[in-house]
Amino acid sequence: MPKLKIDNVEIEVAPGTSILQAAEMLGHEVPRFCFHDKLSVPANCRMCLVEVKPGPPKPQASCALSCADNMEVFTDSPMVKKARKGVMEMLLINHPLDCPICDQGGECDLQDQAVGFGFDRSRYYESKRAVKDKNLGPLIKTVMTRCIQCTRCVRFADEVAGTAELGMMNRGEESEIGTFIEKTITTELSGNLIDVCPVGALTSKPYAFQARPWELKKTETIDVHDAVGANIRVDARGNEVMRILPRLNEDVNEEWIDDRTRFAYDGLKRQRLDRPYIRDDKTGRLRPASWDEAFAAVTAKINKSKNVAAFAGPLADAESMVALKDLIGTNLECRTDGTQYDVSSRAGYLFNSTIAGIEEADAILLVGTNPRFEAAMVNARIHKTWRNRRTKIGVVGEQHNLTYPTTYIGSGPSSLEDLVKGKGAFADVLANAKKPIIIIGMGAFKRADGAAVQSLCRELAEKFNAGFNVLHTAASRVAALDIGFVSDKLNVEHMDVVYLLGVDDRETLDRIDPKAFVIYQGHHGDAGAMRADVILPGSAYTEKNGLYVNIEGRVQAAKQAVWAPGEAREDWKIIRALSGYLGRALPYDDLAQLRTRIVKQWSHFGQVDTIVPAEWKKFGGAGKVEAQPFTSPIDNFYITNVITRASLTMAKCAETAAENAARHLEAAE
Amino acid sequence: MKKPFDQNAPYQPATFAFKDMAVVAEIISRYPEGRQQSAVMPLLDLAQRQVGEEGAAATPPFGGWIPRAAMDEISNILSMPKVKVYEVATFYSMYNLAPVGKFLVQVCSTSPCWLCGSDKIKQACEKHLGIHTGETTKDGLFTVVEVECLGACVNAPMAQINDDFYEDLTAERTTEILKALASGKQVPIGPQNGRTNSMALGGPTTLKDRVKA
Repeated sequence: MPKLKIDNVEIEVAPGTSILQAAEMLGHEVPRFCFHDKLSVPANCRMCLVEVKPGPPKPQASCALSCADNMEVFTDSPMVKKARKGVMEMLLINHPLDCPICDQGGECDLQDQAVGFGFDRSRYYESKRAVKDKNLGPLIKTVMTRCIQCTRCVRFADEVAGTAELGMMNRGEESEIGTFIEKTITTELSGNLIDVCPVGALTSKPYAFQARPWELKKTETIDVHDAVGANIRVDARGNEVMRILPRLNEDVNEEWIDDRTRFAYDGLKRQRLDRPYIRDDKTGRLRPASWDEAFAAVTAKINKSKNVAAFAGPLADAESMVALKDLIGTNLECRTDGTQYDVSSRAGYLFNSTIAGIEEADAILLVGTNPRFEAAMVNARIHKTWRNRRTKIGVVGEQHNLTYPTTYIGSGPSSLEDLVKGKGAFADVLANAKKPIIIIGMGAFKRADGAAVQSLCRELAEKFNAGFNVLHTAASRVAALDIGFVSDKLNVEHMDVVYLLGVDDRETLDRIDPKAFVIYQGHHGDAGAMRADVILPGSAYTEKNGLYVNIEGRVQAAKQAVWAPGEAREDWKIIRALSGYLGRALPYDDLAQLRTRIVKQWSHFGQVDTIVPAEWKKFGGAGKVEAQPFTSPIDNFYITNVITRASLTMAKCAETAAENAARHLEAAE
Repeated sequence: MKKPFDQNAPYQPATFAFKDMAVVAEIISRYPEGRQQSAVMPLLDLAQRQVGEEGAAATPPFGGWIPRAAMDEISNILSMPKVKVYEVATFYSMYNLAPVGKFLVQVCSTSPCWLCGSDKIKQACEKHLGIHTGETTKDGLFTVVEVECLGACVNAPMAQINDDFYEDLTAERTTEILKALASGKQVPIGPQNGRTNSMALGGPTTLKDRVKA
């Protein structure tokens, strides 16, 4: 353990710690552009220079210098100040001073550090260089003249996204970041390039010239576009979501989010249900109604019917599902995507190894899943694991470009049976691994024999002592299963009244009896609202306080950032109000009472941000597995739920992705 | 100088294949296991030379350059991302990313050569060939470019034509060389004023002479 002095303060650090990190531990700020916690260290911006004794009498780059015994480091000496001032002056030589029209203004590393280390005037009279802007697709706006060549974006694309498409071209005065061949970048993590860029070279295209950072109200909340539960910060101005940024959570999303999470917010402003609607008996069309009318219509139908079913869609919060369960009682279902699996044991539907736990795996088996589309943050974690340990990764199901090399084992359950019997080369890999994990996607369960496939996977996990991990695609799913929002055999076809809590999946809607009375509670006018006889306008995830449980079983609290439009209300309140009309008022009047009620029955909901591990029990269904191959549940990453379907940005992304795929096919031929 | 590159230019071939894969395999085998990507530089050079051989026989002739297809082929062979090959190819000035003349005349213009009159050498080239620096003659024989120090300062001014150094140049001698190359004649490489290598102009000297005087 090296012991050294930084600014005359003694510190002992782990071997390999850089001086920059050690200084940070002491709270001494060291300015930097190229250094990033999660990326490799190129030491090319020279902003983090410090004075080190003993050593050559010149400043050293602290990001790339490891701490050693008896070092004396000065982060604020005259030599350091002079050096940094020089570096800053050099960086500003070719940087356009266009801060007033730059979207990075106000949150720009270069701007901030120029205040600290810059000279108050320029000594440079020659013309500045100009660099041609690049087209990186519909999400990233480029102003390449502002680039200071820190190469953070190049390293992010290589090391985290796993799609090396950016590079530093040419050299010296002419050097520039680009793809060289004109092309858009094809990673679903591209939005993070905006975050890693310390200047305004890469900025958000949808957010261009929309707002300044100091105008925004920042709300720390949880994402719902996939089941990972990425930690996000919603920036709103007035009642409008202006942008979404990631929040650091090492256990879930580190400090990245995918493009759907980041850019689908414009879908929150379109196609919204902002008042109740009732289907007119005469015309057969939906007409606007008051809350009173809508509740009266629902009450009349529910009181007359014996067969009432309730479905909870992919974006529902735990509170509204509990309230709906309390209200309807039986005939509940949350697996609206047509999947079949046994939910008797919690371990049978959780991602038991945890997301951070992927990094410890030395063999990974993917079953019926394309993690790149189903949970991009999980895929980034697998890529990280592969990069660090060259982990062997096997695939049963469809083959996709997952950004890391995989071994193809087979397309369907027969390959799983072979593995259970210990047949095949990958069985040896699993047998020799110390910490193998199995990741099972919804593609493996979206079939009549889903529960039997689940049994097979459990056998496989028990045989190789592997982690059993289910990769859900819906943010609401684990919470719904935890509270028992399921029924063994639910015949939707025989129900006269169906209550849809944000359900727009064709798999469920198509099974509803055409004569049934359908109540749709949700926030977007989509497939579910089209089928509905009564529409109760609810809130989207940015507009309500709610609990979500992610794939690992981690309870996370989403916070309200803006207000729902028009007459739309928070979802649990709608259900609570309806219960009053039905004459069986639910016993809670505010969110705190409702949460107390939830925690009383399911105590783990009281432990926000922690994982309560599930007990390993026998689970899965009996029966024979069919031979048909597994398919992936998501074929278009950008368009997966009602919010993304309403988003123009996502539509543009899908278009670009389709063009790229077509070009790729052409090139392959 | 920024290298000219046009991915959609008509001269870009759709595909590229190395003539002799055995040579490619030999080059790759020079590097230790797991470090095969280091072969990117010799392979780029091999591709440029292969194109140059084809160009020498073509009418109009052209010199060695690296088509985009060749860079993509190298990225396939070494299983490295394409952009990493492009990075290397754009960095080094020895790789040409667009067709050049059969004879690529690189006139050094860094301080020692410049002090010894490199401007005159450049002007002689431009005047004789009727082109500006950076251009190629219509017959496809010559391209003239200005480069930074080639490390032959003792014999300044100098120019490199394809793989060979022509040193101790004068404007007249430069014109003669260009004429000779155009007519297919051999020109002796190295110093053009009769001296041997980088020996002193007045013949060998020793410090002993100074001691006597």
